[in-house]
Parts: sequence; C-alpha cells; structure tokens
Amino acid sequence: MKMELIIRNGFVFDPINGVKGEKMDIAVRDGKIVERVNERKALEIDASGMLVMPGGVDIHCHIAGSEVNAGRLLRPEDHFKYSERKTATTRSGSGHSVPSTFTTGYRYSRMGYTTIMNPAMPPLMAKHTHKELNDTPMVDKGSFPLLGDWWFVLEHLSNGRIEECARYVAWLMTSTKGYAVKIVNPGGVEAWGFGHNVHSLDEQVPNFNITPREIIRGLCKVNKLLNLPHTIHVHTNNLGKPGNYTTTLETMKCVEDLAADDKPVIHITHCQFSAFKGSDWKTLRSGAEEIARYVNNHSHVTLDMGQVVFTDTTTMTADAPFQYTLHELTGSKWTNQDVETETSVGIVPFRYRRKSYVHAMQWSIGLELALLIKDPWKIFLTTDHPNAGPFTAYPRIISWLMSRRAREATMKKINRRAQSKSLLPSITRELDFYEIAVMTRAGQAKALGLKDKGHLGVGADADIAVYKINPEELDPSRDYKIVRKAFRRAAYTVKGGEIVARNGEILKHVKGATLWLKVKTSQQTKVNEDLKRRFRDYWTVEYENYPVSENSLDISHPINVEAKI
Amino acid sequence: MMNLYPTKKFRFPITAECISPDVFQDKKIEEIRRLTVWEGNKQRILGELFKVKESESETKMVVINIHGDVSRVRRIGAYMTSGQIVIYGNAGMHLGEEMEGGEIIVRGNVGCWAGSMMKGGKIEIYGNAGNYLGAPYRGVNKGMRGGEIVVHGNVGNEAGAYMRRGVIKVYGNAGQFAGLRMQNGTIYVQKDCEARVGACMKDGKIIVSGFLESVLPTFTIEGLKEKVKIENDETAEGPFYLFLGDTAEDGKGKLYVSKTKNPHLNRYEKLL
Repeated sequence: MKMELIIRNGFVFDPINGVKGEKMDIAVRDGKIVERVNERKALEIDASGMLVMPGGVDIHCHIAGSEVNAGRLLRPEDHFKYSERKTATTRSGSGHSVPSTFTTGYRYSRMGYTTIMNPAMPPLMAKHTHKELNDTPMVDKGSFPLLGDWWFVLEHLSNGRIEECARYVAWLMTSTKGYAVKIVNPGGVEAWGFGHNVHSLDEQVPNFNITPREIIRGLCKVNKLLNLPHTIHVHTNNLGKPGNYTTTLETMKCVEDLAADDKPVIHITHCQFSAFKGSDWKTLRSGAEEIARYVNNHSHVTLDMGQVVFTDTTTMTADAPFQYTLHELTGSKWTNQDVETETSVGIVPFRYRRKSYVHAMQWSIGLELALLIKDPWKIFLTTDHPNAGPFTAYPRIISWLMSRRAREATMKKINRRAQSKSLLPSITRELDFYEIAVMTRAGQAKALGLKDKGHLGVGADADIAVYKINPEELDPSRDYKIVRKAFRRAAYTVKGGEIVARNGEILKHVKGATLWLKVKTSQQTKVNEDLKRRFRDYWTVEYENYPVSENSLDISHPINVEAKI
Repeated sequence: MMNLYPTKKFRFPITAECISPDVFQDKKIEEIRRLTVWEGNKQRILGELFKVKESESETKMVVINIHGDVSRVRRIGAYMTSGQIVIYGNAGMHLGEEMEGGEIIVRGNVGCWAGSMMKGGKIEIYGNAGNYLGAPYRGVNKGMRGGEIVVHGNVGNEAGAYMRRGVIKVYGNAGQFAGLRMQNGTIYVQKDCEARVGACMKDGKIIVSGFLESVLPTFTIEGLKEKVKIENDETAEGPFYLFLGDTAEDGKGKLYVSKTKNPHLNRYEKLL
C-alpha cells in the first residue's frame, strides 16, 4: 500500500469542483484523492500560505516522436549549452527547446505539471513515439495520431462512407494507442507529398476528390460517432500566413451545425498562428478581436494560445509546406521528415526577436486572444512547445496574463510599430488565480475528457501542485515577478499520491502512464487481404507490424470508449 | 601573474573554462586553487591538477602562464574578455571559445575549435592548429564575429567556417573547406591550401598565396590583382587571380589565388 498524505491549510483552487481559494485540507490514499485519512499516520505537507491546485495539464506540446527526434538531430547547438547533470535521483539530459526525454519530464514536474499530450504522431511512427513517451518520466501522457491525411480517411470520406471511416479510425486509434483525432492542414499535408499545398477550405485536394472542409466535417462526425473524449484537434489551413484569420473563422463555422448541448466539437490549436490579419508581412495586424468575438458567441469551440515568447527555439510541425515557406523566409536550415509516412514534418530553428515587427505582433496576438476571450474554459495556455517557445516559459506567460504591468514592461522593449498596432494597451483585464487554474489545468483536462485529472474531488488522481504564493497577501498585478518565480518551481509536486518534486528538486523518478483509447465498435474493421495488400503496396511496413502492442507501453492506461456504431 | 604547472600527464579530457583571466581576477591564490574543473566525469579542483604559483608582474593586467603539455585540457580562456594567457606547450580543444577580448598565445600546437565563435581579442598560435579553427560549434551558424587568429603553422579543415567578421592569418598550409559558408571577414593562407576553399561563401575575402589545386566550379573569374590588403598595415604581394563566388549561394565573396604558384589556373585567363 502506498503511503497516505495530507496537504493542510492550503488555498485550494479547484475550478471543476467550484473551489475558489478556500482554505482546506486535501487527503490522499493509494494515489487517489479521498475524503479523509488517518491523520496520525499520514505524511503531512504544511501548505499554509500556499496555493494548492490540481497538477498541470498540457493539451499540446511536441515532446516525443519522429519530428522531435529529428529536431534534436538538426540542432546540436540547442543542446551543448543546456545540459543537466545526473543526480542521485535523476538522469542526465540536455536541450533548451527540444530537450531529451528525461529532462522534459523533470522540467514539467518542477513546474507542477503532471499530464501532457503529444499532439502529432504519424501512425506509422507510433512505436517510436511510444518508446520515447515511455522514457518521459514524471508525467502521464497521451498522443494524438495524425488522421487528417490518412489515406483510408480521405478515401472513405470522399465516398461519403462516414461509418466505414469511423470504424477505420476506431481501429487505428486502438492499434496506435492514440488519444484523439489530430488534423493538420487538412489536405495540404497530403498535397505536400507531391509538392503542393491547399489554400482554402474549398480547394480540391490533389489526387483525392475531397476538400479540407469535407475532411474536417467528416472527422468531426466520426469523432461524435465514436464518442471520443476529446474533440477533433485542428491545426488550420493557411497557418502562419497573413490574412489567415478568415480561414480560422471558416473552420470554426464549418462545424457549427454539428454541435449539440453546448458541447465543444472542435479544438483549434495554437490559435495565435492562425489569427493574422493583413495582406502581407508588412501589413500584418491582429485578427484576435474577430476570433475572440466569434468564440465568445459560440460554445462549440475551444482554443489554445500558442503564445510566442522571445527566445531561441525550434519550430516543428506536420505542416511541412508552411515550414518550407518559413525556411525560405528566414534562410535558416531546415529538414523535411516523415513524407514517407501518412503525413509530413518540417523543422526550422527560429529566434523570436523583440525588435522584429512580425514577432512582436505574434507575441501580442497570443495574449490578446487569451484576454479577449471572456471564458477561460475556452482558451488554454500553451506555447505549442517548441514552436512558439519552450514550455519552460509558461510561468512567464502566466505573469503576463495576470499583470498589466508585466505586459507593459515587455511592451516597452518590443518593436515600436508593433507597439502602436497592438491591441494590448487597450486591454485592462488581469486574470486571477482561479482563471489561471482553469487555463492551465481544469479547462484542459475537461476539454480532453480526462475524468480523473485536473481536479481535486474525491476519486480523482492525486496529481497535485503546491505553489509558494499567498493569494491573500500577494497582488499578482504588482508582484508579477514573484508569481513567475513561484510557478517556475512548484513548492511540491505530487504525482500519483507521492511527492516527486520539492522546490524545483526532483525527489523521486516515477514513470507516468500512457493514456490511450480502447474504442469498441459493434462491428469491427474487416482485416481482409485487400487491406493487407494495400499495406504491402503503399506502406513501408507490413500490416502485421503496424499496430503497437499494449506490452510495448511501460505503464498502459487504456480508457474504454463505447462507440455509437 | 599566475603560473600553472600540470601535476601529471593527463589521461582523461579535462574541461577547465575557469582558466581565464576574468575568473582569476581579484581572486587569492587559495581561491584559484579551489576552482572546479572536470576530469572525465569527475569533478576536481584546479589545485589537484595544477600546481599554482604566483609571481611578480609589472603590469596590472591579469596574466596566466601555463607551463607544460595541456593538450587534454579543453576550453582554456573560454568567454575571456581581457588579460592574457600564455601556454608554453600544446593546448586542447575549444581554446578561447566565445572569447571577447584579451590575448592567448600558444607556443605549441592547438586542438580543434580554437577561437570557436570568438567575438574579439587575439589568439596567436606558434605551432599548428587543428580542424575548425574559428568555426562555430556543430549546428551553430554564427561563426567568428570579430578578433584575430594568427597561426604560424598549419591548420586543419574548415578553418573560418561561418565567419562573420575578423581576420584569420595562416602562415602555413590550410586543409579543405577553408572559409566554408563564410559571410564576411578575411582569411589569409600564406602557403598551400587544399581543395574546396570558400565553398558556399556569401561574402568576405580569402587569399591563398600558395598552391591551390583547383577552384570550385561555382566561382567565376573576375580579374587580376597586383596585391591584396589583408589588414590595416599588411598586404599580400601578388599577382593574384580574383574569383567571385560562391554562385551556388548567390554569393559575392572574393577568392584571391596566387598566379605565380598556380600556373595550371592560367586557363581562366581566356575568360577574362
């Protein structure tokens, strides 16, 4: 039996259960939160004068898989100055924007994060991704297979066979041990394999009789048929191009009629990159206002920020046509990967500079989105790690969201033209700790459909973060530097009922579970000779070698899903 | 003036970026002995590996003299901004990495990556230098951004790769790919140079006063020059063929190759 634990007298922020900074004790037994424990025997954490929140949840961070690994190979310079020594409990590692697996886990744990989602897994590279996730300690994790350009999906959708498509998706989700449907530049990624791209929702995808709109709508219906816990996770078309906010609005609109009971049906990821107005880079403006207005009036969308921080980082996405454009724009080195799989990947090292107009505008757009969207349950804090900045910048972003002064201090240092075009000076809103708890854990867990994560109710997983902030004494607006420091190093991180980190020091190396969906459909996909032949003809592996077996996951945590078909 | 004497023949690589005038400044000899260094994967203190002795000095400048073979010692003088290091022996890799000022003099040979990514100051090597002289670490595209490196012996491959400013003078021979992807600055090779000099260069100047087997086909002949300026008061006497390139990168770099030492290149004269 694991030990019992009690966290005393903290200011608890647990938005899912409606707890807003009340002083209470949290009891833990066997890795779960319980009503009470034997107080004489239980290990006690004195959290008086501290914040107690559920462990952080990250809905979108590229931490494992073939593209991350290619990024590590491409960037030895990202590693040689950022090394962490082996200690009695932790393993060594290195890297700033694409850290090695162990280091990734430790860094998340130091910030009080306990669940993270790797959002881009080419199904063919699922084994590789899961091997790396196995080696990412301290956190529970899941992975989203890239389905928007999977040939079976495109074929069945173009023929209007939604149910057949759903069965294939269910089979793929279970056999690649995936967690949600990821769609990247629908149609465009497939076109990239032949050197093309698509530029609007209604452009025909080369070689397939289908448009991006049909892919998004089709997979959205599939997602509903299968009852998947998360919505479709969409990286829009035209990402990173001036004027693309209209595409984003259209993408959100195109599934409006599929929504029911105010439940979200689409998640637009790293929305900052999809909220550009203007006709070229010189006339770039923020489209955050329009997107925020739409999201405020509709309940079928959730977003995450993709907030830019001014640092050296590595951009990597399955949207290889965009990355090629970025490489041409910056002259930086680049690599193309995974074209032989069901998707593609481009990687370009990038430095966001304060003095660059475009980069400064991007910084502003991310924050505008987070502040103009009134409901924190609809927008989540991410940097699309490592695309807009490494995840270690989250505390900095929290301080920007909580303090107008912090924003103004950065604003003074950025490009002058961007200062005059930014909407930020007109926004007075400052988030409080409750809203931050929603944006960094509760909202993300809810959007992901994780029932046991992101809250501190009885029966939830005992993933808890304690931060050295006294919300009664500290004014986050003024003392934003203290907030930043506190979120950078959690006073305690509890994972599965054990204290794994204290004041930024890793006390125990624990393995996290891999979350995946076991989707049950009444009728299974028929594995016939035709399917096998197609694998033989078009894939680089035989059908038999394609699925990931459950015993290749170190700690498997299947979530059973009953589909409607 | 501080004098360091290796206490033994080093068997494992030693990383000692603390051997720098900036670190030694204002420190007592006892504190200097306690500075941490890495020997292989073990942490040690400087006093264990070196006998440290102080001697009288006339200048106020911090001067460090190293007496003996330190070819296994890496990163000597890294990040230094002032002062002087004199090494009476061979030195290891990454000598003067990212240095910004001051001077390093080596009375022996030096390993790879000497003056890597340096921004200022001067390195003078009386023996030979290894590969990647003044070149950045693998993957970095910002090479030398200032300062001067003088080598009286030979240098290895890829000298001055990704160079952005500054001067490299080699009074011996140079290996392959000298000035690879350089963007500005000057490289002077007094003796022979191996092939592929200036590959992918965008701008800057490379002068080869000795024999060069061939010029890359992506360079075009521009003319003949009697002499070429290397630095303020130093010129190389010609005549030189002047090539422009690397056209594969749309570059405007200048490559000067001695005419007298390279009679086989006279076929280019037809194109003038």
